[in-house]
Amino acid sequence: MSIYKLYLLVPFAPLLGAIIAGLFGKWVGRAGAHTAAILGVGIAFIASVLIYQDVQAGHVFNGAIYTWMQAGGIDFEIGFQIDNLTVMMMLVVTFVSLMVHIYTIGYMAEDPGYQRFFSYISLFTFSMLMLVMSNNFLQLFFGWEAVGLVSYLLIGFWYERPTAIYANLKAFLVNRVGDFGFLLGIGLVVAATGSLDYQEVFARADFLAGETMAVTGWPLLTAICICLFIGAMGKSAQVPLHVWLPDSMEGPTPISALIHAATMVTAGIFMVARMSPLFELSDTALSFVLVIGATTALFMGFLGIVQNDIKRVVAYSTLSQLGYMTVALGASAYSAAVFHLMTHAFFKALLFLAAGSVIIGMHHDQDMRNMGGLRKYMPITWITSLIGSLALIGTPLFSGFYSKDTIIEAVHAATIPGAGYAYACVIIGVFVTAFYSFRMYFLVFHGKERFGHAPAHDPHLHDAESEEHHGLAPGQKPHESPWVVTIPLILLAIPSFLIGAITIEPMLFGGWFDDVIFVGNHVGLTEARETFHGWWGMALHGLTSAPFWLALAGVVVAWVFYLVKPDIPGVIARTLRPITTVLENKYYFDRFNEIVFAGGARLIGRGLWRGGDQGLIDGGAVGGSSRLVSWAARILSLFQTGHIYHYAFTMIIGVFVLLTFWINRG
Amino acid sequence: MTDIPFLSLAIWVPIIGGLVVLATGSDRAAPLARTLALITAVFAFAVTIPLYLRFDAAFSGMQFVEFAPWITHFGGHIGGSGNINYHLGIDGISVWFILLNAFITILVVIAGWQVIQNRVAQYMAAFLIMSGLMNGIFAALDGVLFYVFFEASLIPLYLLIGIWGGPNRVHAAIKFFLFTLAGSLLMLLALLYLYNISGSFSIIDWHQQREGLSAGVQNVIFLAFLVAFGVKVPMWPVHTWLPDAHVEAPTGGSVVLAAIALKLGAYGFLRFSLPIVPDAAIALAPLVIALSLIAVVYIGLVALVQADMKKLVAYSSIAHMGFVTLGFFMFNPLAVEGALVQMISHGFVSAAMFLCIGVLYDRMHSRQIADYGGVVHTMPKFAAFFMLFAMANAGLPATSGFVGEFMVILGAVKYNFWVAFFAATTLILGAAYTLWMYKRVVFGAVRNSHVAALTDINGREFFFLAVLALCVLAMGVYPFPFTEVMHVTVNDLLRHVVAGKL
Repeated sequence: MSIYKLYLLVPFAPLLGAIIAGLFGKWVGRAGAHTAAILGVGIAFIASVLIYQDVQAGHVFNGAIYTWMQAGGIDFEIGFQIDNLTVMMMLVVTFVSLMVHIYTIGYMAEDPGYQRFFSYISLFTFSMLMLVMSNNFLQLFFGWEAVGLVSYLLIGFWYERPTAIYANLKAFLVNRVGDFGFLLGIGLVVAATGSLDYQEVFARADFLAGETMAVTGWPLLTAICICLFIGAMGKSAQVPLHVWLPDSMEGPTPISALIHAATMVTAGIFMVARMSPLFELSDTALSFVLVIGATTALFMGFLGIVQNDIKRVVAYSTLSQLGYMTVALGASAYSAAVFHLMTHAFFKALLFLAAGSVIIGMHHDQDMRNMGGLRKYMPITWITSLIGSLALIGTPLFSGFYSKDTIIEAVHAATIPGAGYAYACVIIGVFVTAFYSFRMYFLVFHGKERFGHAPAHDPHLHDAESEEHHGLAPGQKPHESPWVVTIPLILLAIPSFLIGAITIEPMLFGGWFDDVIFVGNHVGLTEARETFHGWWGMALHGLTSAPFWLALAGVVVAWVFYLVKPDIPGVIARTLRPITTVLENKYYFDRFNEIVFAGGARLIGRGLWRGGDQGLIDGGAVGGSSRLVSWAARILSLFQTGHIYHYAFTMIIGVFVLLTFWINRG
Repeated sequence: MTDIPFLSLAIWVPIIGGLVVLATGSDRAAPLARTLALITAVFAFAVTIPLYLRFDAAFSGMQFVEFAPWITHFGGHIGGSGNINYHLGIDGISVWFILLNAFITILVVIAGWQVIQNRVAQYMAAFLIMSGLMNGIFAALDGVLFYVFFEASLIPLYLLIGIWGGPNRVHAAIKFFLFTLAGSLLMLLALLYLYNISGSFSIIDWHQQREGLSAGVQNVIFLAFLVAFGVKVPMWPVHTWLPDAHVEAPTGGSVVLAAIALKLGAYGFLRFSLPIVPDAAIALAPLVIALSLIAVVYIGLVALVQADMKKLVAYSSIAHMGFVTLGFFMFNPLAVEGALVQMISHGFVSAAMFLCIGVLYDRMHSRQIADYGGVVHTMPKFAAFFMLFAMANAGLPATSGFVGEFMVILGAVKYNFWVAFFAATTLILGAAYTLWMYKRVVFGAVRNSHVAALTDINGREFFFLAVLALCVLAMGVYPFPFTEVMHVTVNDLLRHVVAGKL
């Protein structure tokens, strides 16, 4: 098989799986649907591995599949760019997707929408692969919107729940705000270069950097980069467009792992890394990226501390980690951002799937206050969660350590405006991350067993009502999940632990990204490269560095607060009431959006409709002219009395007037 | 280039077929009327297919030209022949609309198959005759011929709303008729003036006419056309007849109104305003662009608060047509072709949206969003189709709705960033009003016993929704053939406009 066909196989095998599971789900049945979907993604994964080997041998590809349209002298093409960055994303996407597919067999076993779910996640895999494999802005936008669509469908998967269909509409609309910027960015690129092709655009980056925009007078390249980044802010949930991600937890847990942690939300990070030849030429845009990322990294981490829903803790942790990736982009450490994207994909997918396993064990109770001591009952989930948490907080030797420490070093070395603020954010963020992660870990797996207080019910009842009343009844014990759930946990735990140590040298310092990521005259990773002495040396050095001690402090504080002296958090919450209120209300973003944007739009819409359409146009202009006509008609009808002498009189007057005019004219 | 008069067939097959259907008379012969109507519609579509297959995309100028004197000895007092001719021809601008029109007519006949039970023959005949007349509008190259078709097509639509419409149908029909008639009278004046200065009724002659078209005169003619076509499109602020007409019209009427009738006005801009008075078009473009942007933003917000599904989609039509007029008046090929693509796509998507609402209305006899909720539980197949069309309405990539919007926005960025900025708000507004409606109607728990008793779509409904779904997806995945035939014509037109006449 030629390598070109292999490229096609990667996205289209999952698409075929999605079509079989979706359109023919009734005929092929449950087993048929999951077989088709898993086969499709499995083939995509194997093909990705083969392509990876090919790329490692030095074969990159950039070419069109077909011409989508031609207009205005521009070729709109669908095409692939297969290089080191793409193939890494392909491996991450297909691997995590495969794990999630297998896990879904167990997690969704009793759901009536089983086939539909497999269809959606396979369709998502197709869309995400098209996004990362693209060689042009058009297909990028296609994939971008398609993953948004599937995310919308999956958040609202349980469409009878009001919260789910609220959350999915919110997610779509907030993402559309980002896409608004993204599309304008693409428009600016096309208007200035006449091309949608990455390489053609990058080749003209220097030209773009010298231009200013016609009407606004803004520097063109900065405007392009900020517009594109607004798109990334929507998709990768950066402040203030982050509001949709916590709510997206209304979707089933497997998609929280796949879409809202490992892959889709990192599309923005990937996109900016891809666009490094543009971003590198605008310090303003980079500073913007840096500040937004740093704010997200720290302030979303704070919110993780006050959550009691196990999935929401992981969700805020995801927001914060996406912030770390964004900070890395702003500090020109694109490869570190992508590296963190990869390690995060493994350990965060693991944490979400482990949370899902806990939720199964708890009979769909997600409140951590009802858990505790689960390590006895769910040993595999416990160990894998521990590995995931250690990776997340950046314990030396674990994957997250390598990526996060590199980012912190890069931010430390950065010199663009905002770097100081960003450094403070990411360094404090280390403590916060460790604290909320181990707060969750201790609350769930250690301490007193607090479950068994829900009213007894049939645990296998899955209608809307039983979703509301869930949890373990008195006497019931949580149980370890079936193998289809635990195997993916184990398979994800391995890379969560090892992948950083194995790949840091080739990926960050061995030139893996040299041909795809462009770093201009910024520091980027140059200082980190100088101090790097192998993965073992880095781990040893890590033990003496500030981030490690901060992380350790976070763990210890969590241990004291939630295991040793469980009454401390309550006391602190009461003493710092104003702060906890702000945190519990998530900085009031939701309420602000609800009142100002949603309410405002409806208010203006109603005003324009009643006042403009019905009042001014129909009432004033249309009604006015018809009143004018009827008024004129009434006046004229006065002359038509039906009395012959009136007519005769009018005629005589008329003749008289005419004669007067005629005579006086001469 | 060919001996078979395909354009005449496209016009007269449905009209004559419609008259035959009309002749079947009373409702006792309804099955016969339906069958005859379907056969006619399919045959009428078949005769339009060669128009695309034999269309020469590289050829500049009119193709499939037919010419015959119609009213001779009319005048000719200022050079020119002065005759009124039966003069037909199409170019890259008009070819797709004839196919679209014939295609939609088939769907409309199928959609009315069971729903319409009284005056079946008359109902079917009205659609067939209207389809032929509209093809005449797209094919006419003679000013008077155009005007006759333009006005005549009002009558069947007026009757459709007035006879098969809802409770408030008479008011809606009259409002519709008066709005459009007022516009057309101004157009008639413009046409007569053009005849006066050129001594000809040929639209092609008018394109070349320079004498008597000073800047001031051009502006007046342009404004007359703007009112005439603006009412049809409809553009803000002469749009208020459309929501009323849609709400009262039967489903088929709404489909044709949205899919085809609205395109007539937009087509008029390209056939008359731009080439005949190019300098005025350029001078007054900011006005049209401003009105178009108002249509996108203002109407988008108004659509958001509608409680009636049909009104909501009607307002969304106005916003989408705002993109069309916006695209025309930025005078770059990408935007103009994008506007044309948007017109074709809107033909599919708005037809589908109205058919979906029709499917619900036939079962529940309500268009109020508040009466629905949880439809997905009882109508899952329908919900899937409706989702696709809602997404197309919101301009999602890989659906036809994306292509035109994308092209127009790209063209707008080049023209003026702020124009693009306001145009791109449709990304947010379009998604907001469409998906919010979808959420309230389709998602959620089953709201009442009526929704609980709904039955999913039958084979007939599945068929027309599936056909439209394929069109929407095909155009989204591969729009190449649609734009390919436009390039030469659009480029010629824009060269002509930019060159000007002064």
